[in-house]
Amino acid sequence: MTHDNLVAYIRTSTRDVFSTMLGLELADGEPFVKEEAPAPIDGVLALIGLAGRWAGSGAFSCTAQTALRLASQLLMQPYEAIDDEVLDAVGEITNMVLGNVKTAIEEKLGPMGLSIPTVIYGRNFTTRTIGRSKWTVVPFHLDSEIIEVHLCLAPSKDPAAARFHKDQPAAILSIE
Amino acid sequence: MPVDVMIVDDSAAIRKILQRVLLQADVPLGKVIEAGDGVEALEKLKTVKVGLILSDINMPNMDGLALLGALKAQDATRDVPVIMVTTEGSSSRVMEAVNLGASGYVRKPFTAEQIKEKLAGLI
Repeated sequence: MTHDNLVAYIRTSTRDVFSTMLGLELADGEPFVKEEAPAPIDGVLALIGLAGRWAGSGAFSCTAQTALRLASQLLMQPYEAIDDEVLDAVGEITNMVLGNVKTAIEEKLGPMGLSIPTVIYGRNFTTRTIGRSKWTVVPFHLDSEIIEVHLCLAPSKDPAAARFHKDQPAAILSIE
Repeated sequence: MPVDVMIVDDSAAIRKILQRVLLQADVPLGKVIEAGDGVEALEKLKTVKVGLILSDINMPNMDGLALLGALKAQDATRDVPVIMVTTEGSSSRVMEAVNLGASGYVRKPFTAEQIKEKLAGLI
């Protein structure tokens, strides 16, 4: 599974979810690879775990302002402050985007499980993934805002051990 | 005649969207009963009867496939049409749901038209 494959799957899935469910069109940003887990200085971050013969984590990040816009579009009502409904909406968008990426990559990598998303809103937080893994980061432009979809996948050393409970968090969070 | 519908999804956002989409699809909606997982759905179905169930697959406590199996094992719910609405789009998952007795399968993201097509002939 190459970086280019992952970028293509993420772009297709994200554009599909945004146009079908939110009525929004995204412009592609320049994808890149980085070693650190996603860590916006502040904003909303949703994390989701994948497990199977290949395992890893996916994430969706945006500013609080963008999260309000996405929730308003998805639920067709205005939101002016981050609340449970907004975080739930971002979690569901993440679930749809990375769930469809998972379905696409399963054709090459075999069946995978998807965890239930965990959504975090705050400032000055960092995330960390155990082990050394490279993250494929795919940015999108929504007018002047930037949305990022992150995916980190690696072959499981022991696929049986990679099974996890659906409620298990996908990454470790620290608030500074 | 209005149809009472149960929507089972751990996301309140999706439950709200599905309710709106059912109205857009011209479904004559009666009561809408919501549940956050399979356990809650089965508990509520002890006291209410519905004519249609829309269920996610990937949920905590009891997932949609386990719920589907339980519904088809009970006399009271065996004949209620169940449509799976989920991000789980792999052919193996679709076959699993069909083999368990699902009446339809809609992949998220979805449009009102797709939901309407799946409901044709069911209610």
